[in-house]
Amino acid sequence: MITPDQIAYINARLVDPATGLDTPGALITFGNEIQAVGPDLFPSGDAPLSSDQFQVIDCRGHVLCPGLIDMRVFVGEHGAEHKETLATASQAAAAGGVTSIIVMPNTDPVIDDASLVDFIKRRSRDTAIVNVYPMAALTKGLEGTRLTEMGLLKEAGAIAFTDGLCSVTNSWLMRQALSYAGTFGALVVHHAEDPSLSLDGAMNEGEFASRLGLAGIPTAAETIMVERDMALVELTKGRYHLSQISCAASLRVIEQAKERGLDVTCAVSAHHLALNELDVGDYRTFFKTNPPLRAEEDRRAMVEGLKNGVIDIIVSGHDPQAPENKRLPFANASSGCVGLETLLPVSLEHYHNGHVDLSQVLHALTCAPAERLGLPSGHLAPGAPADLALIDLDTPYVFNAASLKSRSKNTPFDERRLQGRVVRTIVGGKTVFERAAVSADSSEAR
Amino acid sequence: MSATHITSSPTVNTASFSARHLLGIEGLCLEDIQFLLALADTYVELNRQVDKKSALLRGRTQINLFFESSTRTQSSFELAGKRLGADVLNMSVGTSSVKKGETLIDTAMTLNAMRPDMLVVRHDASGAVELLSQKVDCAVINAGDGAHEHPTQALLDALTIRRHLGDIAGLRIAICGDILHSRVARSNILLLNMLGAELRIIAPPTLLPPHAANMGVDVFHNMAEGLHNCDVVMMLRLQVERMSVSLVPSTREYFHHYGLDRIKLRNANAGAKVMHPGPMNRGVEIDSAIADDPSISLIQDQVEMGVAVRMAVLDALSRNLSNARERKVKE
Repeated sequence: MITPDQIAYINARLVDPATGLDTPGALITFGNEIQAVGPDLFPSGDAPLSSDQFQVIDCRGHVLCPGLIDMRVFVGEHGAEHKETLATASQAAAAGGVTSIIVMPNTDPVIDDASLVDFIKRRSRDTAIVNVYPMAALTKGLEGTRLTEMGLLKEAGAIAFTDGLCSVTNSWLMRQALSYAGTFGALVVHHAEDPSLSLDGAMNEGEFASRLGLAGIPTAAETIMVERDMALVELTKGRYHLSQISCAASLRVIEQAKERGLDVTCAVSAHHLALNELDVGDYRTFFKTNPPLRAEEDRRAMVEGLKNGVIDIIVSGHDPQAPENKRLPFANASSGCVGLETLLPVSLEHYHNGHVDLSQVLHALTCAPAERLGLPSGHLAPGAPADLALIDLDTPYVFNAASLKSRSKNTPFDERRLQGRVVRTIVGGKTVFERAAVSADSSEAR
Repeated sequence: MSATHITSSPTVNTASFSARHLLGIEGLCLEDIQFLLALADTYVELNRQVDKKSALLRGRTQINLFFESSTRTQSSFELAGKRLGADVLNMSVGTSSVKKGETLIDTAMTLNAMRPDMLVVRHDASGAVELLSQKVDCAVINAGDGAHEHPTQALLDALTIRRHLGDIAGLRIAICGDILHSRVARSNILLLNMLGAELRIIAPPTLLPPHAANMGVDVFHNMAEGLHNCDVVMMLRLQVERMSVSLVPSTREYFHHYGLDRIKLRNANAGAKVMHPGPMNRGVEIDSAIADDPSISLIQDQVEMGVAVRMAVLDALSRNLSNARERKVKE
């Protein structure tokens, strides 16, 4: 029965947020699946440090948990390969402990046709080192006028439907989308922003934007759209996921919708949990995001929302941008920041600060997105895919943008003091990333 | 040489002013302001002589880089540079004709390679001048960036007020009009607050930046109330294209409520002065009867002070150029 395909991860701190498991123990993978997991796999207590039967990996007490699942990733393939390809995005993901990325349809051409979904899947199979699940467009060409062929797209492998960074402003069409998606049990993922209110805004509307002389985006631009969507979900009984929430007012709307029993979830980006509008400082374009970084009260509300479960999922919102899109006056610069490689450590800040439990943070990064999307991964159980992250929870270091594997380096976290990072990432039983010895890493704490 | 009067002026202490660029009023301290205003006073005198020429900046190159067209600011800077003996080059780069941004940095790098000493920049995007200053070796002067700052305008306004009404501390000053899009208003709010004025802004809410009340001003929507007991009324230009985006419904409605005429001005103190950064929309924000009344209007004085203030800024920044000492030794 025992073959070299078996790998034993011993001396691990097993954390499975799906079951609340948090115990010292071991995990054995067989091929691309988890075969066994638990505290008592090696009853004598001393696991074999080397074996002819197992390949043995000593976890040295680090956290072994399901690999992260990132529900909001923009990739430049196809159309903007100079920013990011599926290959480079997957390498960045692996370096961040992310074993599955859900990629957005905002490519050129837009993923609104079954053949393009197929292209992404084949391209990922051939070039990516983590699992790639494409979302397809909700409306043709993201134009917000005609629905895509959701049934055919779903059969081709589209995991959910979204217009990415575009909002469906036509309420009738959004109603149709939520209704029609119900035919296939498909999830509608929406970016909530009323473009007539956000207009040419460059950052959060407030005193700071006024002082910088920048046009602001009010929180109401988001909240109005979330309120409308909740009314439509109530009308259609659709399945709805708010792609990215950024302000306290929207959070209250989602909370009430959940109390009414609507099938609604929402996600927050790691940067909206960590940063606020003041980080824009003197026109730093790496802090220009969509939705914009909000006021400190909103940021704190996001942490609170994560803690009390109104916010289900943390995403990176990974959005690579080339220097020529960022080295511009703030109002002219593109929005977006890369985040696959900082998703875990920036999320862990809230655990280290004592605001949120470790299992809550990991829940929002693993089993919550898995459940929402119906993925088999996201938990530690026999038969589940062997998608794992081995995390050194405590080592502090100074993050260095130059160390990014992503093709674009537009991170707002350069030089940030972080704590905790992935040391090994396993996808389908194979190690796809292993951090070099600590001393060799130039980004080590100074 | 005519430049000698500068060092002989007792109020002008050069040691404290260490700024490399003038990007905004924000970042300057009270001593910097007092120094620049005192220095500008000396240039007002120079500009009223028959021989207005100084050799202070002889051999220096000044480039006026205007991404947004402006006749008066550009000519004011040009005259200031020329009166100080600099070689002045005017470059007008229309933002519409070139692809934005890329050209900003590219143009900056290109010009920088020509080794100018002073770069005077106007751009329609807030923060653009600061971005450009990070890429060049020379001194950069912000001649207006988007809705952010226009520091030399605020300095010339302060100089104008000071020369007419004395100490600015305690004066009640109202700024009226399109505060939302106005870099002049932002720079003036910062500067006049630092100098101790009691500041008011008057505009309909659609022309006010959000949270304007936190900027150190009292906010009024009614002109009569806002002008009550004011010593100075600063009017701002209302750009007619704002009408198309529903910030105000029409120019006649705007003039009815916010245009400055003699009736509204009666609410201000007797002898109150009226200012305008220009160019004016007569009959939109200001009545000609006021604009042309020399006993009320300081508008022509503002233009005169503009040249003096810009000479002072060029002078002050040239002293902090990295090769300024070298030059002194050589001479």
